[in-house]
Amino acid sequence: MTNHWVDIKNADLILIMGGNAAEAHPCGFKWVTEALEHRKAKLVVVDPRFTRSAAVADYYAPIRVGTDIAFLGGVINYMLANNKVHMDYVKAFTNASFLIREDYDFKDGLFSGYDEAKRSYDKTTWAYQLDKEGYALVDETLENPRCVWQLMKSHFSRYTPETVEKVCGTPKDQFLKVAEMIGSTSTPDKVMTICYALGWTQHSKGSQNIRTMAMIQLLLGNIGRAGGGVNALRGHSNVQGITDMCTFSANLPGYMVAPTDADTTFADFAARRTPKPLRPNQMNFGQNFPKWFVSLQKTWYGDAAVKENDWAFDWLPKRDGAYDVMDTFERIHQGKINGFIMQGFNPLAALPNKKKVGSAMAKLKWLVVIEPLKTESSEFWKNYGELNNVKPEDIQTEVIRLPAGCFAEDPGTFTNSGRVIQWHWAGAEPPGEGKSDREIIGQIFTRLRAAYAKDGGKFPDPILKLTWAYANPAHPSAEELLREINGRALKDVTDPKDPTKVLVTAGQQLPGFAMLRDDGSTACGNWIYCGVWSQAGNNSARRDASDPSGIGNTLNWGFAWPANRRVLYNRANTDPKTGQPWDPKRAGIRWTGSAWAGNDIPDIAPALGPDSGAGPFIMTAEGVARLFSLGGMAEGPFPEHYEPFETPLGVNPMHPNNPKVVSNPAARVFKSDMGSFGKADEFPYAATTYRLTEHFHFWTKNVELNAIVQPVQFVEIGEDLAKEKGISNGQMVKVRSNRGEIKALAVVTKRMRALDCGGKKVHHVGIPIHWGFVGVAKPGYLANELTPYVADANTQTPEYKAFLVNIEKA
Amino acid sequence: MQSLDVQKRSATTTASPQVRVAEEPVAKLIDISKCIGCKACQVACMQWNDLRDEITSHPGYNNPVDLSDQSWTVMRFAEVEGKDGRLEWLIRKDGCMHCEDPGCLKACPAPGAIVKYANGIVDFVSENCIGCGYCIAGCPFNVPRISKKDNKAYKCSLCSDRIAVGQSPACVKACPTGSLMFGAKDEMVARGAKRVNDLKERGLAQAALYDPPGVGGTHVMYVLPRGDRPDLYGLPVDPKISPWVSLWKGITKPLLAIGLGLAVLGAFFHYVTRGPKEEEPGGKS
Repeated sequence: MTNHWVDIKNADLILIMGGNAAEAHPCGFKWVTEALEHRKAKLVVVDPRFTRSAAVADYYAPIRVGTDIAFLGGVINYMLANNKVHMDYVKAFTNASFLIREDYDFKDGLFSGYDEAKRSYDKTTWAYQLDKEGYALVDETLENPRCVWQLMKSHFSRYTPETVEKVCGTPKDQFLKVAEMIGSTSTPDKVMTICYALGWTQHSKGSQNIRTMAMIQLLLGNIGRAGGGVNALRGHSNVQGITDMCTFSANLPGYMVAPTDADTTFADFAARRTPKPLRPNQMNFGQNFPKWFVSLQKTWYGDAAVKENDWAFDWLPKRDGAYDVMDTFERIHQGKINGFIMQGFNPLAALPNKKKVGSAMAKLKWLVVIEPLKTESSEFWKNYGELNNVKPEDIQTEVIRLPAGCFAEDPGTFTNSGRVIQWHWAGAEPPGEGKSDREIIGQIFTRLRAAYAKDGGKFPDPILKLTWAYANPAHPSAEELLREINGRALKDVTDPKDPTKVLVTAGQQLPGFAMLRDDGSTACGNWIYCGVWSQAGNNSARRDASDPSGIGNTLNWGFAWPANRRVLYNRANTDPKTGQPWDPKRAGIRWTGSAWAGNDIPDIAPALGPDSGAGPFIMTAEGVARLFSLGGMAEGPFPEHYEPFETPLGVNPMHPNNPKVVSNPAARVFKSDMGSFGKADEFPYAATTYRLTEHFHFWTKNVELNAIVQPVQFVEIGEDLAKEKGISNGQMVKVRSNRGEIKALAVVTKRMRALDCGGKKVHHVGIPIHWGFVGVAKPGYLANELTPYVADANTQTPEYKAFLVNIEKA
Repeated sequence: MQSLDVQKRSATTTASPQVRVAEEPVAKLIDISKCIGCKACQVACMQWNDLRDEITSHPGYNNPVDLSDQSWTVMRFAEVEGKDGRLEWLIRKDGCMHCEDPGCLKACPAPGAIVKYANGIVDFVSENCIGCGYCIAGCPFNVPRISKKDNKAYKCSLCSDRIAVGQSPACVKACPTGSLMFGAKDEMVARGAKRVNDLKERGLAQAALYDPPGVGGTHVMYVLPRGDRPDLYGLPVDPKISPWVSLWKGITKPLLAIGLGLAVLGAFFHYVTRGPKEEEPGGKS
C-alpha cells in the first residue's frame, strides 16, 4: 500500500477491483465501513462475480476475467475526454510534459523493440529525449506531439466505452457509471482509494493491471494524499515482510536488485544500479544505493567485507538467469535441481498445474519440509485416490519432515499491507518436537558451517565468513535479528558537512537510513527497515494508538517503513507552488515556510521547499511520477490489453489481425508449457480461482471450526450456464482444463451471469481454492490441477485468475 | 444466571429473584448494511459456548445450513433480483431475537426451563428442560432446536454469562466491521435510528429498524436496508406468538392439568385396587 489500512477511512470513493476485500480482508474492511458511515463515502465493486464486497457496495459492475486493462484504459480515455483530470497535479508531479524519443512507437499491439524469439523487448527507445547534460526535455504546454501527455491521449483513445463493452462484457451504461464515479474524484477536495489484491496480480499481465490504476490515480491527483493511493491488500499477515526481506531471488533486502552475471565488479554493479538524475534539482534518492548495499555487506560479512575486496561482492551469488519459483520448478522438472528445502511453502497446492509440479517433485532426490502440519507437498508421494493418484513405489524422493512451530508459537514481527512493522509475542511453545523456524535454520547453518570448516570445499568463504554473532548460534533470537536488520554504527558516524560532529557513536543502533554510509562505517540488514530498532528500543513494539492527526496516522504505533512514514509521496498532498494541502481537512504534511512538517514524516528532504523545484516522487531520477514508465516494465511503457493465455475469444479484440499479440507478448512462458494451453472450442468457459472468507489458503482446512463453516469443495456457476448444461444446485460436477480435472459440488447462483463480449457470450466458472487431500475439512481436489503454468513477466506471478475450462455433470 | 435478576420463569408461580439494583434492558443491534457474512460471529459463538457443529457435505456460503443445538447463530444468504435487474445479496445473521414477550417461555410447560432476565435476555435453563418442543411452537422466529444428544432445547443465550460480568456477547466482540453492536436497548434503538437515516440519505428509502411490536419488541434488532420487506431476509413481517400458545396457556393448560390430575387419581386407585407392579422372575433389572 502507498497508504495504510486506517487511511481507507479518509476516502470519498472506494474502488474494489482485482480483489474482494470483504471476503479476503474482513478485518481491514472495517475501514471501508468506517468511510461509508462517517465520510459518507461510496463503495464501487468491479468483479466477474457479485461478491461479498459487492453485497455492501453502492454500485457493482461485472467484468470478464483478464480484461482489467481494457476497463481501466476506458476509464483513462473517459477522464481525458471529459476533463476529469487534476491538471495542476498532473503538470507538476508527473512526466506528462516530458518528451519521448522520436523512435518510440506502438503498432499493431507491439511497442518498438520487440524480439519475438526472446519474447522480450529492447527498451532503448522507451526513453526521454535528453539535452546535452543528460536531462530530459519537457514541454510545459503539453502540446508537443512527442510529450507523454499527447502519446498517452492517443494510446488510450482506442479504449472507447463501446470497446470496453466488447472486450470486458461490461454493459456500456454500467461502465460509464463507474467511470463517472471515479472521475468525480479529480477535484482537489475529493479522493478515491483503490483496494486490489491477487485479482490483479495473478495474470500474465498483472503488473500492468496495477500500473493502469496507478496512472488513473495520478491523473486524479490521488497519490500521496490521505484517503488515496494505490493499495495492495496483502494476503498473508507477513507477506509484505517477506517481500521486503528479499525472499525473491532477483532482489536483495530492501528491493535492491541482486547482482547478475554481467556484474563482474562492485563498481560495475553499483554504477548500473545508481541512477543519474534526469532533471535538475531532484532528490534522486536512488543515488544512495551504494550506502544501502555496503551496509548490507557489512551486516553479512562484518570485518571480512572491506573496500579492498569490493565489500565481499564476489561472495554473493550472481544470477545467470531467473530463479523465481516458476523457474525453479521448471528446473526441477528438467532434472537440473535435485534437492529442495520447503519452509512455510506448499507448492503442490500453491503452484499452477499440479500435475507438472507433482511430477517435478518426484524427480527430486531429497525434499525437506519445514512445517507445523502435514501438507499436500509433504504427502505428494502418497496415493490419495483420485485426489492424488500417484504410485508411491515409482517415487524415490526421500522426504524429511522437520516439525516447526507456527506464527503464534514464536515472537517476531509482522509487516502489514500498510508497511507497518508490528512486533508480536509468542502465545505458546511449539508442541512436541516442534522448533521455531529460527532454530531450524540456526541448526542447519551451524552444522553446514562446521562441515565447511572441517572439509573445506570449493568456495567456503561465503559460508565461513558469514557473520553469525548470536548469543546461541544454533538458535538466534527474534530480537537479535531485528536489531541486526535495523543496523548499527561500526565506527562513529559523523556529519558530512562537519566531520567533527558525531551523529551516531560506534556501537549504537542507527536511528534511520540517512545515517548509512558507503565507507564501511555502518551495518544495516535492510535499509528500508532502518529505524525499527533504534537506540530508543524496539519501535515495532510500540502500541500508542493516539492520533493527533485525526486521519489515522498513528506515528507511535509500531514502525512503518520507510522512516516511519505512513503515506508515501506525501509531498504530493500539497499544491506544488504553495506547499499547502489540497484539502486542509485531510492534511498529511505542509510547508511551514522553512520546512515540511505535519501529521506524517515528510517524504522529501525537510528543507526542500516549493521553490526548490524538487518533485515529490523522490525514488525516480526525475522527481515526478511516470505516466510513461520508461523501461520499468517488461511489456511496454503504456499498458495495453492482451487476452489471458487461455482466451474465450481466441483473438485480442484490440488487435484482431495480429496473432502475435493475442496474449502478452512478453509474458513468462516456458517452451515446454506452450502445448499445455487449451482452446475455447474444447474449453469454452472462462474460469477463475479465489479465496473464501471462511478459510486461509490451504491451512485452515486443518482447523475444525473453519471446516464447520465451510466444509466441502464447490464451484460456482451462473443460472444460465447451469441451465444450458442441465446442472442443478448441489450436484457433483466435473471441471476440466487442458491440464487436469477436479470434481466438486455445484453452487448455482444469480451472482454470476453470462457476459456479452461483442456478440460472444462468455460464461464464468468460479473455483474456490481451499481444499486438498489433508486436513479435517472434506477432502477435495487441489484447484491448481486446472491452472496454467504461465506468469507475469515482471513478477513471475502465475495466471491463476483467468483460464479456460469445461464443465459437465459428474 | 444467578447473578442476574429474573423477570419471568416458565410454568412457575413462585416469586423470582428481584433484589438487585434495577438492570437496564439491553439489546444487540445487527446492522445488515455493514455485514459481509464473514461468519466470525458464528465461530466466536461456537468457541465461547463450546459447541462444534458437524462438518457436512453441504456446499456453499450457507454453512452450517441451519440453526441447531450446535449452531446458535448462522448466516443466511439470499440472492434477490430487483425489478431493474440489479442484484442484491442479502446476508442476515439468524438466531434468537430475545423477545420482550417471549413465546417460547409462554409455551414452556417445564418449570424454570426458560427464564427472562430483568435485562431482557431470554435464556434456556437446560437442566429444567423436558424436551417437549413447545418452545419451538411458541417461537414466531423458528429458533429453538432440540438436541438429538440430550433431547433438550438450545438457542442463543445472548451470552448471558458474559453480559452478567460486563462483557459483550462473543459474536459482537468478534465482528470485524462494526455490523454487530451491543448496549442498552434505548441506546441501540437510537443508534439504529441513526443508521436508518444514514441509509435513507444514501438512497435506500426503505431502510428501517426491525424491532417488531407484535412480540413487545426484541432485544436483538436489525437495521434492514430493505426495511419494507423483512421477508426477503427470511424474517416474519409481523411476528406474533401463535394463538395456540395463548390457548394452551389460557384454557388448554388448566384443562390438561385437570386431565393430568385425573390420571394421577386413576393411577392411585389402580395402585390401591391392584397393588404395586412386581418384577417378573428373571426379568431385567
